Amino acid sequence: MVNLTIDKIQVSVPEGTSILEAARQAGIRIPTLCYLKDLNELGSCRVCVVEVEGKEKLVASCNNVVEEGMVISTNSPKVIKNRKKNVQMLLSQHETNCAFCIRNENCSLQSTAKELNVLDVPFEKHIEKSDWNRKFPLIRDNSKCIKCMRCVEICDKVQGIHIWDTNGTSDRLSVTVRGNRRIEDTECTLCGQCITHCPVGALRERDDTDDVWDAIGDKRKITVVQVAPAVRAAWGEELGLSREEATMGRIADALRQIGFDYVFDTVFSADLTIMEEGTEFIDRFSKGDTAKMPMFTSCCPGWVRFIKSQYPELTDRLSSAKSPQQMFGATMKTFFAQQIGVAPEDMVTVSIMPCTAKKGEVNMDLFYEEYQGHDVDISLTTRELNRMIRTAHIDPKNLKDVECDQLMQDGTGAGVIFGTTGGVMEAALRSAYYLLVGENPDIDIFKETRPAVYQQGWTEAVYHIKDLEIRTAVTSGLVNTRKLIEALKRGDVHYDFVEIMACPGGCAGGGQPIHDGEELAVVRGGTLRSLDENSTVRFSHENVDVQKLYENFMGEPNGHKAHQLLHTDHHAWEMPQK
Amino acid sequence: MNRLEMPSPAKARTVMEQLYKDLERRVASNLVGICPIDMSRAFLELCHAQSCGKCTPCRVGLGNLKDMLQKVLDGEADMDMIDQIRNTAAAIMETADCAIGYEAAEVVFNGVESFRDDYEEHIRNGRCTCEYGQPVPCVAYCPAGVDIPGYIALVHEERYADAIRLIRKDNPFPTTCGFICEHPCETKCRRRIVDDAVNIRGLKRMAADYAGEVEPPKCAESTGKRIAIIGGGPCGLSTAYYLQLMGHQTTVYEMLPKLGGMLRYGIPNYRLPKDRLDQDIEAILKTGVEVIYNTRIGDDITMDDLRQQYDAVLITIGASTDKKLEVEGEDAEGVISAVKLLRGEGLGTPVDLTGQEVVVVGGGNVSMDAVRTAVRLGARKVSIVYRRRVADMTALPAEIEGAMAEGVEMRTLMAPVKIAVNEEGKAYGLWAKPQMISTIKGGRASVRPNGEEDVLIPCQTVIVAIGQDIEYQHFEAAGAPVSRGRFQADKTAAVKGMPGVFTAGDCSSGPATVIKAVGAAKVAAASIDTYLGYHHPITCDAEIPIPNIDDRTPCGRVNINEREACERACDFDGVEIPMTRKECLQEAGRCLRCDHFDYGAFKGGRTSVW
Repeated sequence: MVNLTIDKIQVSVPEGTSILEAARQAGIRIPTLCYLKDLNELGSCRVCVVEVEGKEKLVASCNNVVEEGMVISTNSPKVIKNRKKNVQMLLSQHETNCAFCIRNENCSLQSTAKELNVLDVPFEKHIEKSDWNRKFPLIRDNSKCIKCMRCVEICDKVQGIHIWDTNGTSDRLSVTVRGNRRIEDTECTLCGQCITHCPVGALRERDDTDDVWDAIGDKRKITVVQVAPAVRAAWGEELGLSREEATMGRIADALRQIGFDYVFDTVFSADLTIMEEGTEFIDRFSKGDTAKMPMFTSCCPGWVRFIKSQYPELTDRLSSAKSPQQMFGATMKTFFAQQIGVAPEDMVTVSIMPCTAKKGEVNMDLFYEEYQGHDVDISLTTRELNRMIRTAHIDPKNLKDVECDQLMQDGTGAGVIFGTTGGVMEAALRSAYYLLVGENPDIDIFKETRPAVYQQGWTEAVYHIKDLEIRTAVTSGLVNTRKLIEALKRGDVHYDFVEIMACPGGCAGGGQPIHDGEELAVVRGGTLRSLDENSTVRFSHENVDVQKLYENFMGEPNGHKAHQLLHTDHHAWEMPQK
Repeated sequence: MNRLEMPSPAKARTVMEQLYKDLERRVASNLVGICPIDMSRAFLELCHAQSCGKCTPCRVGLGNLKDMLQKVLDGEADMDMIDQIRNTAAAIMETADCAIGYEAAEVVFNGVESFRDDYEEHIRNGRCTCEYGQPVPCVAYCPAGVDIPGYIALVHEERYADAIRLIRKDNPFPTTCGFICEHPCETKCRRRIVDDAVNIRGLKRMAADYAGEVEPPKCAESTGKRIAIIGGGPCGLSTAYYLQLMGHQTTVYEMLPKLGGMLRYGIPNYRLPKDRLDQDIEAILKTGVEVIYNTRIGDDITMDDLRQQYDAVLITIGASTDKKLEVEGEDAEGVISAVKLLRGEGLGTPVDLTGQEVVVVGGGNVSMDAVRTAVRLGARKVSIVYRRRVADMTALPAEIEGAMAEGVEMRTLMAPVKIAVNEEGKAYGLWAKPQMISTIKGGRASVRPNGEEDVLIPCQTVIVAIGQDIEYQHFEAAGAPVSRGRFQADKTAAVKGMPGVFTAGDCSSGPATVIKAVGAAKVAAASIDTYLGYHHPITCDAEIPIPNIDDRTPCGRVNINEREACERACDFDGVEIPMTRKECLQEAGRCLRCDHFDYGAFKGGRTSVW
């Protein structure tokens, strides 16, 4: 242990601890704009500088470690004066249109400037020009970029897609798409991890809320919205609600107040997905199709984009099942439209998703009878949902728990855990067991093989169901995914069924509210797990509304109609686009 | 008003003089990876500030040029702008009154000529074609990519054995290089911006001195593959070392009785004591390298035999024969090559030069080795005859100084014409044509005869040290392509048209340095491993100390002293006086740790495995 003094507090921390982390442990928060523990420790913003007794120069606390007997001040006049200058320098190259910035009131530069009492910027402004296709789901605005490099590092080290790179030197240094390409021509998976790790408003999702307001305002249109499982685990964070208060029922209330005609819970179509994907798996498994390479889950569009660009030869290993978002959209525009007597052309389907990649996925075509269009018309992230709630000046505290609409109302605990890593696999296995054995398994048999949320590599498990041996693996994050696929290709490992989610920790860690410097996928995943544990029905095949849907409309899982509406051809589009 | 006054420099001027010195050092440490157009713009701005303002092209034109470059950089230019820049620069070159103007414009003009594609890329896409990224300077300039900040940090913690282990990850000749490396790593050392480059080579020597015997790492599991390596010089031995670590079995064929190549038979003992060279070689051999001595490929065994017997063959025969002067009388008695002189010394059969006048032709490092060896072999007078000036010699300045201190005469601006030979066929002097320095060609001053009579430089021995050649004939006959006297190989060291045959080191690059040979050996080892179907990583587990946050107070560089000239000239013992431990610690503490406090923290800080 190393003993030192920080702001007159005695601190004892393990050798090799950074000054910044040592201060955190002592309850002292040192401001920083670029630091991300273990990922981005390059000391570029120079805002975290501290004064070390006996040293003339200030020291970056993020990437320098404690020494025995150090006496450190994190808030001496010298520190504050120079830290403030650095923030002013950054502001001189930052488009400070805070009033209409997506990160207004959730911006580390803004809060740091406020904290340091920056009241003016004594430098000439030089704003980097920004040129971007604003129709693309992911938008970069370099006039706000502070060159912290977090997006580069997260894409390189966690996702391994290497979309971002620096270009130029000195004050012409710019973070841009690697290799001088347009973003729409790249392998970008749209996972949005760069967005959730951007300290300012330089990266964001395309905001589609105006389109939703237009649809709601259009008297001729019926608006139908669905809400993904992981949204309920995160939406309340930005609205001052506790995890207990931030229920799906209150989201439904908010959406009704906003003006949607029908509100549904995507947990319903998660259960539907299990019926389709589970049935497909058992079919492929028993035909020996997984003897060499596994069947992969297909519900994460970031992952689908990944495999199509990185391992196109493995595209057919994906389940042909659509994601729950798309399945629900298709069911709304066919079965539900029929039930309520509305033409699909007059229905606008909206989804609230913890995901930027879903904005790309909605381009998938839907053909049914006369209708030619899309399963889902508009996909919003959790962040956009919250913007709509604020725009409608709904007081979250006054929201009530209300039920979703009829006909597709049921949802099981199995569908809820779709929003966290390992959840799809677990839900699928619960029902696969039933399909194979004819009775439900002890639900806890899958508990021990749940993956850690931020794992390195992957988690594997082998299940013996009747005389069958089913080998499974689960991972999240695309660097992990690449490792797993490489091991599969080399033949080092063999699995029958593999679940992949592009975001670390799964959807819980996806297009959700942004908390700079905090990773909340573990907590949110925990919320989903406990919702499952407290559910009365925890098997997708026991979803009564799903059963009725098959009975009254879809026919059999994997049957003709199900295939037409609930499955997709992954070869129908190219990645990256030509 | 007095007619004349004693000058008293103003404070501003003193400060500015210091600034110019700082600037000089800063510019000297410039790295690659900087936008050449941005640098041109910055340079132009500096030149413009130097302008007195008298003449239009310099006063106005340099500013116009700067504005245009700025537009290119800001993406506000069109393609026509490039020609406009070129024509404006040409006008300034043609019409400026003094060098401040025309030299500044020439830099821009040459830039347009040589990196026009960069201009185009800026205009078209707002970016450079150059590879961005600022690597750690010393590592980037080391041909073998040795982890220099890493081992300096280990030396600073007095973990000498770990320092040696870390060096060996990229260079199995730490001791040898501690003595004689040309240390290109120091040329761009960022510490120059503060005061002066870190004495990197000196610190490596200290690591080698204090580490004691350091075991090589364990070899990977045997692959059963066998590789023949022709030539036991630094490149051959380094490749053998890495291939052994990768689990392959190597056999080195050496034509001489001992290993080391030019390190033993070309570099005199006073620069690299043989017992110290043996330390490196012993560690290399401990990995299980087999050696067959006194065997010359082509005489004793053929290339085809080797190709049949081994899974791969590496040709690293170096450049072991001398280049000829091509003048009359060259085969007279008393004319020998530096290669022969130095090899005789290495073999223990020295040439006797007692009481003689000796002339050495050439101005490179080998010439310095030859003259200083001649001094030690008892020559009465030793002179270097060189066509150009001392400043133009390619030898390291320290070597030239060392030779001069040992009493070697510099007969510069003398071009050898013929050897003066007596009736007995013995040389008695060297006829040389006096030269004068002339125009700069290709960045180097050329010479031309000054019109004076040829002079006879009396001597009994002429030593030719104008370069080495490669004995490629047998290999060429066996199918290895040769061009301009060197083996032709691709970037992976593979010989074209001969699968399984590789070549590296002096014999494919032309005569170069030890560290270049080691760098080439890494390529060869990696390529052979890949060729054999493996991917064995080479790494080092020594944990590199976390950098301290001490202030970087300017501090002079510790230089290495040599023994007194009059004393050292009488023996072949090592000439250097190593740093003391105290000096060593201070010097290691000067390292700025660019692997941490730098762009390296973001990208390119450390290659821990290859």
